[in-house]
Amino acid sequence: MTKPKPWISLGGIGVFAVLLLAVAPLVLTDHWLNNVGKYCCWAIAAVGIGLAWGRGGMLVMGQGVFFALGAYSMAMHLTLESAGDRIPGFMVLYDPLAPLPMFWEPFRSAGFTLLAIVLLPVVLAGILGYALFKRRVKGAYFAILTQALAVALATLISSTIRETGGDTGLSDFKYFFGFVLNDPANKLMVYLVAAGLLVLCLLAVWQLYRSRFGELLVATRDAEERVRFLGYDPANVKLVAFVVSALMASIGGAMFVPIVGIITPAEIGAAASILMIAGVAFGGRASLFGPALGAMAVGWGQSSLGSTWPEGWTYILGLMFVVVILFLPNGLSSLPARIAAARRKPVEQPAPAPVVAELEEVRS
Amino acid sequence: MTDALVVTDLRVEFSGFVAVGGVSFDAYPGEVRFLIGPNGAGKTTCIDAVTGLAGGTGSARLGGKELLGRPVHRIVRLGVGRTFQTASVFDELTVLQNLDIAAGRHRPAISLLRARRGVDPSIERALEETGLAGELATPAGILSHGQKQWLEIAMLLVQDAKVLLLDEPVAGMSQDERTATGELLQRIAAKRIVLVVEHDMDFMRRYATRVTVLHQGRVLSQGTVAEVQADPQVQEVYLGTADAIPED
Repeated sequence: MTKPKPWISLGGIGVFAVLLLAVAPLVLTDHWLNNVGKYCCWAIAAVGIGLAWGRGGMLVMGQGVFFALGAYSMAMHLTLESAGDRIPGFMVLYDPLAPLPMFWEPFRSAGFTLLAIVLLPVVLAGILGYALFKRRVKGAYFAILTQALAVALATLISSTIRETGGDTGLSDFKYFFGFVLNDPANKLMVYLVAAGLLVLCLLAVWQLYRSRFGELLVATRDAEERVRFLGYDPANVKLVAFVVSALMASIGGAMFVPIVGIITPAEIGAAASILMIAGVAFGGRASLFGPALGAMAVGWGQSSLGSTWPEGWTYILGLMFVVVILFLPNGLSSLPARIAAARRKPVEQPAPAPVVAELEEVRS
Repeated sequence: MTDALVVTDLRVEFSGFVAVGGVSFDAYPGEVRFLIGPNGAGKTTCIDAVTGLAGGTGSARLGGKELLGRPVHRIVRLGVGRTFQTASVFDELTVLQNLDIAAGRHRPAISLLRARRGVDPSIERALEETGLAGELATPAGILSHGQKQWLEIAMLLVQDAKVLLLDEPVAGMSQDERTATGELLQRIAAKRIVLVVEHDMDFMRRYATRVTVLHQGRVLSQGTVAEVQADPQVQEVYLGTADAIPED
């Protein structure tokens, strides 16, 4: 946190952007590019978790809720776009005569959908955060509360089959804002949008971390009471970080839908929310790149190991998690610093300057 | 000129237990005001009540404005700053970052989104005043105990607090550090209200202008150092002998 080299991080983002936006489309097969696109969506949500949890100290265990807001907003629009003038197929299946549910109607509009993806999480996180932080709900209580919301929302979606598709979710999207999703060129475009958004989110937190707000957020995380005694309301500081993280989760969810082609309650419930946290912890929650890279690594593990050796993957993930938490509580991104510190150990820490002498000077 | 801090009939109860039972005192700029008393006398609770950390009844006015009943950060914005017994600075941030946050409440909220460029003049003055100028880039966590206390005082200066409530500022300090702190307080007190809660009788005798002695939540004695020391009640409370507060 004390390193005064923000430009190096900016260069890192640049390299990352080149890898994602230029190199990956050239070297990866369509299948793997699609997978990387999916990891990008999780990474976008993870960047937000890094902000709220790593820098802000709020253990947001229910980011699936905001992921769902973006994902289902997008999925409803794409479903309606694919269905054209007719009522979506799955609804006809359950009740051929009933009309389209009221809340679906506005999602016909592309503009409304985009607005909803941005505004829904901001409003919900704003209200939720305001209520919780002003009442000084924090720590485990905050974590459990957010987690419970994710469970509740997943259950609600599961139980409203005709309105939301239930456990089968929403799928079979043919168009993405007028583009045919099956076309490889359009798939590449969707991937590039997701990867571009990830780079934008990284740039946003890069600026937030080096700004005064970033310092204030860390201060609030480490000594909330002290911040209060400096004349700030810590609730407002946390609220901003929480809302931004919710917005990022929503954006990740929205891009997840056209890339993966399906959204179900399983992608947004408790387990999914915890998996998002796991990636962030794995990579290093307080660092700039840690959350994004950790989320991508976990995503990659899931689609490679998870499909070839599904019963073993869970154990490997658990083991990795235990090892990282035990030996690298700040995640893999703290490894270089730890190694450097271990090397430097023989050298004595420079003694603090003799301040009393300076005080004498000032007085004379 | 800053107005006075006037506390009248302050009472603080914790579920039936009376921690502070009707305490009145005042403090003016230009004096180093001390609040002393044995453990459990209610000194820190008085400060907690004035700063909004503990709920209290009665009155605590700063320049005619009632402080009791307002939330903590609003009281701070009226110009009341405090330190804690255990120095609480932001360990992971540098001295400059600590001070910059303290200076921040005078800035518009939107400026928070920008990175800092340069050092505020108020921060430079506070660094000079407290002798921390050489530690600008040091993480506050590795400062010495005394330096952390000075950093806290510097944060109050940057914050432009009219009232500085200091809770045992010299606890754990070396003799030299105590002297430096005492003289620092005297300089600061020229323009601000400085109220010190202390255990250390020697420190109190060297730097106090006026003293209020608390005992079991009540004011036992009030006056100059000499007056308080001569008070037989005070002598009794401090182990019942005059030795506890030896004559100069």
